[in-house]
Amino acid sequence: MSIQADKPAKKIKVAKPSKEPSAGVKKMKDAFSSPWASFAAIVIAIFWTIPTFGLLVSSFRPELDINNSGWWTFFLSPNVTLENYESALFQGTAVTPPLSQYFFNSFAITLPAAIFPLTLAVFAAYALAWFDFKGKNFIFFGIFALQVIPLQMSLVPLLQLFAKGLVFGDSVLIPPLGITGTYIPIWIAHTIFALPLAIFLMHNFLRQIPRELIEAARVDGAGWFSLFRQVVFPLSIPAIASFAIFQFLWVWNDLLVGLTFGGGVKDIAPLTVRLAEMVGTRGSNWEVLTAGAFISMIVPLIVFFALQRYFVRGLLAGSVKG
Amino acid sequence: MASVKFQKASRVYPGGTVPAVDAIDLEIADGEFLVLVGPSGCGKSTTLRMLAGLEEVNGGQILIGDRDVTNIPPKDRDIAMVFQNYALYPHMTVAENMGFALKIAGVAKEERAARVLDAAKLLDLEPYLNRKPKALSGGQRQRVAMGRAIVRKPQVFLMDEPLSNLDAKLRVQTRTQIASLQRRLGVTTVYVTHDQVEAMTMGDRVAVLKDGVLQQVATPRELYETPKNVFVAGFIGSPAMNLLQLPIVEGGVQFGNTVVKIDRAVLSKTNAKLVTLGVRPENLVVSGNEGISVEVDVVEELGSDGYLYGSATIDGAHHELVSRVDGRDHPHKGDTVFLTPAGGIMHLFDVETGERLN
Repeated sequence: MSIQADKPAKKIKVAKPSKEPSAGVKKMKDAFSSPWASFAAIVIAIFWTIPTFGLLVSSFRPELDINNSGWWTFFLSPNVTLENYESALFQGTAVTPPLSQYFFNSFAITLPAAIFPLTLAVFAAYALAWFDFKGKNFIFFGIFALQVIPLQMSLVPLLQLFAKGLVFGDSVLIPPLGITGTYIPIWIAHTIFALPLAIFLMHNFLRQIPRELIEAARVDGAGWFSLFRQVVFPLSIPAIASFAIFQFLWVWNDLLVGLTFGGGVKDIAPLTVRLAEMVGTRGSNWEVLTAGAFISMIVPLIVFFALQRYFVRGLLAGSVKG
Repeated sequence: MASVKFQKASRVYPGGTVPAVDAIDLEIADGEFLVLVGPSGCGKSTTLRMLAGLEEVNGGQILIGDRDVTNIPPKDRDIAMVFQNYALYPHMTVAENMGFALKIAGVAKEERAARVLDAAKLLDLEPYLNRKPKALSGGQRQRVAMGRAIVRKPQVFLMDEPLSNLDAKLRVQTRTQIASLQRRLGVTTVYVTHDQVEAMTMGDRVAVLKDGVLQQVATPRELYETPKNVFVAGFIGSPAMNLLQLPIVEGGVQFGNTVVKIDRAVLSKTNAKLVTLGVRPENLVVSGNEGISVEVDVVEELGSDGYLYGSATIDGAHHELVSRVDGRDHPHKGDTVFLTPAGGIMHLFDVETGERLN
């Protein structure tokens, strides 16, 4: 899936939902809605879908068929089996658990790793967007600047922190946390890596809530927390949902963080780690790999289709005139 | 319900040196409808927002009732505000919008519903209680915003140009509705507008601001008849008052080819050789051959009345003059006529300070 490559471009679009379309945007809109653009989009969609479709078909074919002929020959001699899924999901070996275990691991990693950064980011963005305090802009730009730090650079220090704690000379600032081999380092790592962008995007979205709306609620007697709960949160659900989707997909498809911070412990490794292994160690067993790959794809697809309506919803319509 | 007091209240925006609101002293009686009026940028909205607690007070005090609210957050001031763009919560129905403050205050559900229904009946909003704001017209949204304020039974209503987003006809209608509603409810109201007609028709008293400084607080009638200075004289009234700088002569003021008689005691208050004479259009009449000679630029016919706009040259300076004339029988464009003050109603101001002399 190519979700990771799409990520930044799509998110930026989400961040500015209620802006008046400028001339440039309109021009772009026209360009994208021309027949040629539609045609190009369809071609791209077909190119993207065919391999996926092939994978789906293959995953239902018996081992012998997969090894002997291409997936398109399936339509000449349909031969369906669920054996691949069965063996992929439930047959483990002495050293590797069945895929169902990894499937569970992926959920156990992804859900908290999507919810934690989102919760923190929404509150941080709310404070940065609407509270008046000294150094607000400085903090915001600091967070914004953190985005340029590549994930890879922080792998070693973070791993050290989790494994050995923080030692400065002879003094122990943070003792060894003793959490390696659990989900916790993976959650923390994902949360940390997601926060700068999440705060930045949520801040930009929350800033777009009309000032009068916030003021009206304050005059109506709302404190900062009930203002958030009753007004700001309901209005930012589209932004929260769209970021939740992206973060979910990002974490679900992530291999690097899952592999390094999982510490090679099979009990907590996500699906992606196992799939990479399958390609490496069982390269000949195509039938199990196809089923496994499809299992890992199905969840992002469900998430995306279930929540996609939030992408286009203009919830702010009608609040203020114009 | 309560009175409101501004005691030398000032607001300086961060980074600015000139105060947006400069030491305002203002007392608003319990149940009074006070209108803050002035040109844009005069600080009227800032004054209102200071009272609401949305704008910091950098000097002086604000009291609601006898309570000093200068440093109290808006939620604890027991005020209700109607915003220019209504600021309705888009994710709530009309009923929820109107009951929001009560919900925050922890009022029981039944009482909340009853009070919302009462307010909705008052404003003809009953059929729309379950709609979202986006499914309402501009006028209905405006009424919901009013309803949201009424439901709370607050100490003070604050209204920040609530009519400026309505079309002209609806604005005139709603204007009277708001005024009569306020009188019925008897809640102290502070109303901000840039429209002096709104100010004159709605307010018990009107406060005129300019550059953050309070110019005059008085009943609409007083403002019209005895404006305290040149600014108020020019701002209140439509079309605006004719203000001319004329030389002081023996026995009065030289007005074209005649001398307008002015009491010596009045003119002795100024040391200058000129004085600013103000005459409202209805007091400036076309006469045979007395007064200032004016070339008619245009006559606006408004049905019963007409307004004659003309230009005159006095001591080499160009002046525009307005006079009210009969709607049918009046001079025409290009004519030259003489205009002279009638009825003796004149306003005299010091040329330098702009203060009223008589």
